[in-house]
Amino acid sequence: MDIFAFVLSTTFMYSAPLIFTALGGVLSEKGGVVNIGLEGMMYFGAFMGAAIAYYSGNPWIGFLAAGIGGGLLALLHAVACVTFKANNTISGLAINFIGPGFALFLSRIMFDGATYTLPLADKKMGMPLKGFFMKDSFLDNLLGSQCHTTFIAFLLVPVVWFILQKTRLGLRIRAIGEYPKAADTLGINVARIQYFVVIAGGVLAGFGGATLSIAVSSAFNPTIVTGQGFIALSAIVFGKWKPQGALVACLIFGFSTAIGIVLGWSSVQAVFPVPSQILAMLPFVISLVILVSFVGKSVAPSSVGIPYEKDN
Amino acid sequence: MNNRKLHKKEWVSALKFTFFSIFIGLLVGAIVLAFSGYNPIQAYSIMLSGIFSKPSYISYVVIYATPLILTGLSVAFSFKTGLFNIGAEGQFIIGSLAAALIGGYLNLPAYIHVPVCILGAILAGGLWGAFSGFLKAKFNVNEVISTIMLNWIAFHLNNFVVTRPSIKREGMNVTQFIADTARIEILPKWKNCEAALAFREAHPIINDLLRTPLNAGIIIAIVTAFLIKYLLDRTSLGYSLRVVGDNVNSAEYNGINVKKNIIISMLICGMLAGAAGGLQVLGRTRNVAELAAMESYGFNGISVALIARNSPIGCIFSGLFFAMLTYGGPKIQSALGAPREIINIVIGTIILFVAVPKLLSILKSKFKRTIINTKISKGDE
Repeated sequence: MDIFAFVLSTTFMYSAPLIFTALGGVLSEKGGVVNIGLEGMMYFGAFMGAAIAYYSGNPWIGFLAAGIGGGLLALLHAVACVTFKANNTISGLAINFIGPGFALFLSRIMFDGATYTLPLADKKMGMPLKGFFMKDSFLDNLLGSQCHTTFIAFLLVPVVWFILQKTRLGLRIRAIGEYPKAADTLGINVARIQYFVVIAGGVLAGFGGATLSIAVSSAFNPTIVTGQGFIALSAIVFGKWKPQGALVACLIFGFSTAIGIVLGWSSVQAVFPVPSQILAMLPFVISLVILVSFVGKSVAPSSVGIPYEKDN
Repeated sequence: MNNRKLHKKEWVSALKFTFFSIFIGLLVGAIVLAFSGYNPIQAYSIMLSGIFSKPSYISYVVIYATPLILTGLSVAFSFKTGLFNIGAEGQFIIGSLAAALIGGYLNLPAYIHVPVCILGAILAGGLWGAFSGFLKAKFNVNEVISTIMLNWIAFHLNNFVVTRPSIKREGMNVTQFIADTARIEILPKWKNCEAALAFREAHPIINDLLRTPLNAGIIIAIVTAFLIKYLLDRTSLGYSLRVVGDNVNSAEYNGINVKKNIIISMLICGMLAGAAGGLQVLGRTRNVAELAAMESYGFNGISVALIARNSPIGCIFSGLFFAMLTYGGPKIQSALGAPREIINIVIGTIILFVAVPKLLSILKSKFKRTIINTKISKGDE
């Protein structure tokens, strides 16, 4: 296979879970609620996706269950942050305990004491374009082995952009993130919309987790998420809180993972021996360098993370 | 005088709410256990006796608490100065790596070796933390993001160093054990000599205690907590750091160099977490190994700080509490078969409640409003 196609296709594959999650974060933060709990929601989604897909025999049911799982955790976050004016960061942190806690707890109950699920084998997420293009052509190498989830993730970027920029709902979300009091004065139900964005964000993070466990890999294990929720979080910042910006950031992270994989090939190692630990470090170093060189002025929604309290 | 009384009242109500959160956390844990078919009372009593029923258990709790108190202090210090140090995990790793390298590969006389190891750990962790502070001060990179990245970089750096052929042990991806001169365990040599064995047989409690790697780390951790309290409350550096934490604008207006303060604050945070890593190696593990997953000493420090409401002295108690949960919790898995992860659910719930200090007042006002509303609607009829 041509290496260019391989790198691109691997980039797409590894970006997809991050794109889902980062989009979820963009939605939530645009509406004024910081969601540091994305990692925990992804983790729970990864477990739910793999476990339910395994027992139902259908990856789509698993995928939906992952969304519901992420959404439920997000509901908890919304209750704390919106209704009870919790410190967003601390509540998100709690989610990062509760999500993995429930995932591993349920895993041990459902999979006979194990903290990993059984492999899905042919119940993995399907590949819609497999065999569609001429075998071994560039497009086949690039898209033929992509799962449905990759396409959904990429399609969601314009969808979220459209919702935020072109719909009345989007205008309301953005207004609340910038200046909730003004939105409130105009008769917008701030709490209801914040509930919506936080839960929608959790559903997307759950999808992102499921993408890891039923598309990128074919089972859940305790180290499957390892920091990807946090990487998605930095993709939001890097992408300046825009869906298309987050997409670019996720592609860069996916690309650095792909480069790491190529550098790990034995043929490459023979010429250019890079220790595997350094390769594993690469995505994080690259993202840090990117943050330093591109972020510049902060452009977060002005009221993000500040619980809105109505005057009585 | 009045002010002081008010302060005390606030303090007491905060403490009450913390206990309330802990109670709710344990309650939620009990409900989850009950729903999954385990007897929660049995589970909690196994935990309790697994924590208190033997001197060695208590000693283990103290050993577990040592790094947690220090990482808790690290995070609490960052909160007090307006930052959020999620990077204690990475700073811990770097500190432990430094201590393991100095302790294991450097020959120094005792009495010098231990301080050098601890200073090395503090310095290494401090620089690792200060780097995040530098990125924030210089490039406006949010410290939450940069410390998360640096955690993973530290993680892989640790694995890189530990697997170097010149450093690793034959056949294992771990560093050499630290030299005896670098150990801080209590009486490490004496406790297995013949005279000691005879003494231990005659004193079963001491015997049981000496079975554990009880070490001097806890004393350092407690002293450090008081030092941090002193630094924050009684020194001008602490004052200016807190002013930056309270209000950046007023700090700038008062001529405080905010950028410098951010770097100093992250430096201190890193030093504390680095010390945690160093003491862990000198007192307990005696080496560092290739990591498969994050060990979470730093992440748990966040919870310790939150449960302590960022009070340095509070970190001692919440560190001990956290150590009880993490040491006693897994015992229900071996005894009952109940998943040990119930502890994470309990801790998460506690933190969730700690995050909502206004919970009770909001509930109260909602309740009042419903009563008023029902009264009004009744009046309409």
